[in-house]
Amino acid sequence: MIDPGKAVKESSKPTSDGPSGKMMLTAAVFGLAFGFLLQKGGVAKYNVLIGQLLLQDFTVVKIMVSAIIVGMAGIFTLNHFAKVNLHIKPTRIGAQTIGGLLFGAGFALIAYCPGTGAAALGQGSWDVLFGFAGLMAGSYLFAEMSGWLKKTVETWGEKGKLTLPDILHIPRLPFAYAMCVLLTIGLIFLQRYYPR
Amino acid sequence: MSRALFLMLLFLPTLANAADFGVDAKDYDGPAWSPYLVGGLIGVLSWLTFYFADKTIGASSFYATLAGFIGKWVAPRHTKSLDYYEKNPPAVDWGFIFVIFTILGALIAAWTGGEFRNEWLHPMWVDRFGEDSMLLRGILGFAGGLLMAFGARLAGGCTSGHGISGTLQLNAGSWLTVICMFIAGIATAMLIYTIL
Repeated sequence: MIDPGKAVKESSKPTSDGPSGKMMLTAAVFGLAFGFLLQKGGVAKYNVLIGQLLLQDFTVVKIMVSAIIVGMAGIFTLNHFAKVNLHIKPTRIGAQTIGGLLFGAGFALIAYCPGTGAAALGQGSWDVLFGFAGLMAGSYLFAEMSGWLKKTVETWGEKGKLTLPDILHIPRLPFAYAMCVLLTIGLIFLQRYYPR
Repeated sequence: MSRALFLMLLFLPTLANAADFGVDAKDYDGPAWSPYLVGGLIGVLSWLTFYFADKTIGASSFYATLAGFIGKWVAPRHTKSLDYYEKNPPAVDWGFIFVIFTILGALIAAWTGGEFRNEWLHPMWVDRFGEDSMLLRGILGFAGGLLMAFGARLAGGCTSGHGISGTLQLNAGSWLTVICMFIAGIATAMLIYTIL
């Protein structure tokens, strides 16, 4: 457990990946829970995932938005009282637009994403193994090009650590709560028009 | 940016209703549990990973680590020289153990729920692309995985790291990434189900 008194309110702090027993136990327990929940949520199933992208089945968006609402309310409250650190990744407009678009196209081709793909393997959907091979190949290809990408694409629209409330100059906690309310209203409408 | 997402969610379903993809994802097994319950619990899980481990939920770096292990075995000096692996040397770290146990958690959920599939092709895929479509599945799966991993590394995360952990922290780059993922994902999925 981290010392709440040392929690940094503004931004993340570097973390060590040292294989201490207690840290690895948390990884195992939380990983187990994550896989269990993904499978129970149906998002390890081919039809549910491709159904989301064909806009026939809205399970994926319902799970993601519910997780965002509950997670956001809790994390920003805990952070406000200095109980947890935020882990804000840098915003890079060029790399994230291109990366996001490439990811989305790939996601549509295989219909599993990296997390739900791991759950699909546990569930015995063996077609995900083609994707595992591709995921490893794509990762290595990126590593091959990483030196060049760092000097080019990743410098396009480099904004550093940036949150939505920072852009709008609104304090983080009230913004987060307002966002939770907005997203909840969105889910209510979504459920009305798309029961599944 | 969230307003853009709402608009997208409002407009695209109209498109989908007009299109005929030859198959309906809702005719096949959906989630075992309510997506709101599962999403809410994933939100709670994010509090726990922040509080007890000072970590975020993420999956895609697992595949980069796996590829790094293979790279180090085949071409150790070359792999070590790559910018990405220089900064992220492949190791059995927190994120790696997390995803290994994600697979196990899904296995437990599937077994206990009587949903272990043990199949190479999902019935929806078979109904749409035929029994003899293993080659097509393999090609799309591999290409999809490759694009997805490359995109995730370029963007700095996947549907877990950006889509849940980043968005719930109101990270501007994560919202940009996830919107791009869904735009390309929806367009590509609809294209495949229309032309193939």
